[in-house]
Amino acid sequence: MELFNFSKKESRLYMAFMHVTFISLLIGGLMGLLQTLVRSGKYTLPFNIDYYTILTTHGVILGLVLTTFFIVGFQFSLMGKTVGISDKQLLWGWISFWVMLVGTVLSAWMILTGEASVLYTFYTPLRAHPIFYIGLTLVIVGSWIAAFTNFRQLYVWKKAHKGEKSPLLAFMVVINMIMWFVATLGVAYSVIVLILPWSLGYVATVNVLLTRTLFWYFGHPLVYFWLLPAYMAWYAIIPKIIGGKLFSDSLARLAFILLLMFSIPVGFHHQLTEPGIDPTWKFIQVVLTFMVVIPSLMTAFSLFATFEIAGRRKGYKSLFGWFKKLPWKDVRFLAPFVGMVAFIPGGAGGIINASHQVNSLVHNTIWITGHFHLTVATTVILTFFGIAYWLIPHLTGRRLTPRLNKLGIIQTLIWAIGMTIMSTSMHIQGLIGGPRRSAFSEYAGGDQVSTWISYQMWQAVGGIILFVGILLMFYIFIQLAFFAPRGYEEYPIAEEEIDAEKSPKILENWYLWIGITIALILFAYTIPMIDIIKHSPPGSIPFDWPIGRS
Amino acid sequence: MHLHKYEKVWLVFGLASLVLFLLIIGFAAFWKGTHPQSHIETIDPQNVEANESFQPENLGLTEVADGKYVVNIVASAFNYDFGKEEDGTATKTIRVPKGSTVLFQVTSKDVVHGFQVAGTNVNMMVEPGHISRFESVMKNGGEFTVVCNEYCGIGHHLMFGTVEVY
Repeated sequence: MELFNFSKKESRLYMAFMHVTFISLLIGGLMGLLQTLVRSGKYTLPFNIDYYTILTTHGVILGLVLTTFFIVGFQFSLMGKTVGISDKQLLWGWISFWVMLVGTVLSAWMILTGEASVLYTFYTPLRAHPIFYIGLTLVIVGSWIAAFTNFRQLYVWKKAHKGEKSPLLAFMVVINMIMWFVATLGVAYSVIVLILPWSLGYVATVNVLLTRTLFWYFGHPLVYFWLLPAYMAWYAIIPKIIGGKLFSDSLARLAFILLLMFSIPVGFHHQLTEPGIDPTWKFIQVVLTFMVVIPSLMTAFSLFATFEIAGRRKGYKSLFGWFKKLPWKDVRFLAPFVGMVAFIPGGAGGIINASHQVNSLVHNTIWITGHFHLTVATTVILTFFGIAYWLIPHLTGRRLTPRLNKLGIIQTLIWAIGMTIMSTSMHIQGLIGGPRRSAFSEYAGGDQVSTWISYQMWQAVGGIILFVGILLMFYIFIQLAFFAPRGYEEYPIAEEEIDAEKSPKILENWYLWIGITIALILFAYTIPMIDIIKHSPPGSIPFDWPIGRS
Repeated sequence: MHLHKYEKVWLVFGLASLVLFLLIIGFAAFWKGTHPQSHIETIDPQNVEANESFQPENLGLTEVADGKYVVNIVASAFNYDFGKEEDGTATKTIRVPKGSTVLFQVTSKDVVHGFQVAGTNVNMMVEPGHISRFESVMKNGGEFTVVCNEYCGIGHHLMFGTVEVY
């Protein structure tokens, strides 16, 4: 397998994305801490800062900014490593970075001045300042530039390597970016065509249900967009770290193809309790949602098979002896591993959420918040941290020292403890009806509400522990970026077994897979979309005052 | 493409559970009628009174048959309008006897809201232009907090009511 060395120029681009990632982590994490403190009922925000400004900042900066910057930067590095990057492509990489950054700054400016307290879902007819929507659009457009640069990178490599299969990681990046592009078309249409003109006053009303549906057409693939880079590391990087080989190149590719197909035609499972969508179509999308079980089971099998094979090669024979042989003291392995463990309850919770009628029990309760703090804020983020421990020093020409490795292990444990406390108490409070997205309130009082508040105390405890974890992670990042001793840190990419079977050519038949993806989307959305538009009520005028705008 | 024997077993087991799982959900939904609320009935959000159910005198609790009730509610930032008491003050609590069947009908005059009777299965999105409906048998006694569980603005956490099952 041919791997490219990074030039200084290249490393600088990838690091730029990492700097934004970790600054976002610090800001967004602080907001999260403040939220849990406010909700404990023992703390009031200073300077008249509104809870929902903090909440919007938290969601936008962690859910949209941190993730997108890390993913685009990490994926650029994967492409650079496996298929190379030309000077022209590098320039486009910088353009995508700056477009995304300008968009982020514009949106952040509006949020922090209280002009956009609409949360990261920006449901109409709450109206934020138009600049907020323009900023979000730029973030998406910037990510598209990155996507098309990635497509071009693989295309150029393929032309130079006729008849060879594409490198696995490059294949995975392209799958993720195709999914991202197809999914963001929906939200981009909603923002640019429906919301922006309405927010500027050029159009009087907006179709609320249509904007919500387009948002969730994007909103579920968004979570897979976070997850797939973690899967890339699990499939193709972790095996190298533990001294093993790739379990199966073709199975990994098949899993990614299935994730592409079943990530988009499923948005209705976020809208199960909506009044305006036909229940049969909701059910159809529920079924499509559950198809994701197949690639998930394949992934779980591959991972543990890789662990076992690697352990047995090192000489452990008993049934579970190989488990002990895993490199538990290597944070590059431990952090993602804890992430994988969190994905077991995380995935199980997801099955509950998507279960048509069972969803009514948990919809918009803080159970949901507990759920995605397991999936994205543990599984995905711990894997991203696990990547950062070697990626940052590789890019800055430094080393992950034993001391930093140890701090990383402590960080991972702090995260695991803090999140267990916070997420578990969120899940329980949600099951007994506690709502999400709400500042502290005693409502009408009574036993029910005081039980909720007792769980909110636990969430504050978890929140404080997690914030300590964030400070530690930020410290490690600064060390790896600027102060760790100079040296060489490996960019770990697993190789295939020498006697590995050839992967079938059909796995790289892009027309076929994109065709099926589009066909599934058309099947799942065409009729209900026509219904939504045909049976639409009179549109909604904008509302500014509820979010405190005058 | 080669699949390991154990992997085949694992996938067959997984897929069989998935099929069983979907059959259960599908059976509950289509034969038992436990769909989530979806009535696809529209209304003009700027003129909700045009619909009889949401005229001021029809808001709140009405007994329509023995043990059967309808509750009409208009949601707006940051209040649920449950109608008025006899003395003219705004109703804050809905009281129904244990075991009664209650149909909740909610719509919004302004932005998107939630309507959850916490501790029961009544949980709906409430959107301008649509009527949300859900019928539930109130089997358990007690006081249940009604919360707006979708963000509707800076007073969102102050939007609540109470359902008392006696």
